[in-house]
Amino acid sequence: MTRLLSPALLPPALLPLALLAGLALLPLGLAANPYLLNALITTGILTIGAMSLNLLLGFTGQLSLGHIAFFGIGAYVSALTSLGFDVEIGFGVRVVHEPWPAAFGFLLGVAAAGLCGWLIGRLSFRVRGAYFVIVTISFAEVVRLVALNWVELTQGPLALTGIPALGLGLPGLGSWTLRTKVQNYYLVLAVGTLCYLLIARLVGSRFGRAMRGLKENESLALSVGINATRTLTVAAVISAAMAGAAGSLYAHYLRIIDPDVFLFATTVTMVIMVVGGGKGTLMGPVVGGLVFGLLPVALRPVMAPEAQWIVYGLVLIAILFVMPRGLVPGLAGLIRPRRAAGAPPRPAGDHAGAHAGAHAGAHAGAHPGAHAGARPVEVRS
Amino acid sequence: MISSMDSPPSPILSVEHVGVRFGGLVAIADLHFDVQPGEIVSLIGPNGAGKTTAFNVMTGFLRPSQGVVRFRGTALAGLQPHEIVRLGLSRTFQRTSVFPDDSVLDNVLIGLHRRTPARLLDTLLGRDRASERRLRAEARDLLDRVGLTARADEKAGALAYGEQRLVGVALALATEPAMLLLDEPVSGMNASETRVFVGLIRAIRERGVTILLVEHDMPMVMAVSDRIAVLNYGRLIAQGPPEAIRSDPAVIEAYLGQGSAAREAAMRAAQASPAQTSPAPVSAALEASHA
Repeated sequence: MTRLLSPALLPPALLPLALLAGLALLPLGLAANPYLLNALITTGILTIGAMSLNLLLGFTGQLSLGHIAFFGIGAYVSALTSLGFDVEIGFGVRVVHEPWPAAFGFLLGVAAAGLCGWLIGRLSFRVRGAYFVIVTISFAEVVRLVALNWVELTQGPLALTGIPALGLGLPGLGSWTLRTKVQNYYLVLAVGTLCYLLIARLVGSRFGRAMRGLKENESLALSVGINATRTLTVAAVISAAMAGAAGSLYAHYLRIIDPDVFLFATTVTMVIMVVGGGKGTLMGPVVGGLVFGLLPVALRPVMAPEAQWIVYGLVLIAILFVMPRGLVPGLAGLIRPRRAAGAPPRPAGDHAGAHAGAHAGAHAGAHPGAHAGARPVEVRS
Repeated sequence: MISSMDSPPSPILSVEHVGVRFGGLVAIADLHFDVQPGEIVSLIGPNGAGKTTAFNVMTGFLRPSQGVVRFRGTALAGLQPHEIVRLGLSRTFQRTSVFPDDSVLDNVLIGLHRRTPARLLDTLLGRDRASERRLRAEARDLLDRVGLTARADEKAGALAYGEQRLVGVALALATEPAMLLLDEPVSGMNASETRVFVGLIRAIRERGVTILLVEHDMPMVMAVSDRIAVLNYGRLIAQGPPEAIRSDPAVIEAYLGQGSAAREAAMRAAQASPAQTSPAPVSAALEASHA
């Protein structure tokens, strides 16, 4: 009974582990199918983006509609770090950067995205809500225009090409460059798992409780000493850094990026993954990411691209119609009552009824009392 | 008007000529009073008198248009709500006193936010296990103090109204306040729950916590308060011990209005029983206005 009411509706640890094992074994059967493997890798990268978005949207309630900016910044910073550049930044000052190993690019991409998350958070979390949504959209658009027009640095629409693949180096053991799809698949899976564990740990900690408190009742959260601006800014930094990591993986996997990585539609895809899968749950964006990432792949053999998008929309509508809170909470809700039906009669149902009754009664009782003071006339009657 | 009790030199809370205006509306005209350490003081007055507004000013949710609030000598002007809590001044809310989607235990854990120095890095590396265990024990202690142990695992939003008030008190206590502001804590409680709650307030005071209370339940206010301050139209119209407030003509007027039938009835009843030393009809009228 206690588990039933657990707030975040966390599925048992078994489900994520089973999914991880399944995903880890998948390439054994797919090694010969590069198309599917490619779809899985890009889906995995977007899923990491969705998990990072969920940290903000699901756990603090703040919607970042420019999340793709952090993704794109991670991609560009990582690519430029590993490609090197030579640009004039005005007043005759030239900045020349020699190529560094791609792994440094990854770290710098994560750091740069995190820094941008901090800036956006500082700027907008004093007001929050719609303000944050607008600031993030504008930020993404500004960054896209910079990537498009600063041709000397980014090659603009000509795209950055020849981005080196990520390499893994262990001191004393040599290093590997991850060139094949299978290697990249496991890299994405490893980063995704790491992000999942990080988020899980955060959400279950004091910091996660502060985020939940702010989302559920901000005044009360402030009145127990939670610093709203700081908490939300830290969440934005972590979220942006994870999106940056996803962007970096994307750049080093595709080996080419252009300003289209900043497309608004990609943010929308991530929002769909989070909302369809179940925002505010750990597994939601993972399940949503896999479903909505692989849906086009499943539909491709049977219908034209235009029809695929229509079905995509219909599936989202259908899911939210049947399970308004998303796939993971919806399915968990389906499984649990069945499990409980086998158990001896629980008092939970009765409790709920009694509480609802008491609640209503309390309301009814409180209201006349609260208003009578303003209407002393009633004392007469 | 009853003059205030002899005041020791250093009040824990002093509200100094505070005024709050929303555009042309005067919510608080000029509020001036002190609370001494260890006191239980009630702030009463008809609806719209400015009681909750006063609470919001004291806890940093509202900026006063004039005047200043001092807590233990520190001026609170310009401080954010979460900074004021850290000084030891905590509050509960009238309507929404819980985090509705979390369990009661998790509610208190959220309330214990300031209690550990847990760093983000420690969390990420899993080094916060010991402090988490300590917090859980502390949360259970707090639930035990307010009598909600049996409800620990239930969703706070599903609790009865009165129990949600208790969660609110546990949350406020979790911040280890030196002074507690309670905004209508017994609304939605029945008589026996209220009696238990009065015991709780006294127990909290026994631990050295000063209490300022906004409440409409007059018998409860009369029973628990050392001193009562009465607010009407954003002004303090009386303050003093409960017995004095009961018979204060300005207070009766504020609650019942001049010339109202109820007031005349109260006066007639008072004249009809001159031998009675305690002005029972007045307190009856006060209670009637809030029944």
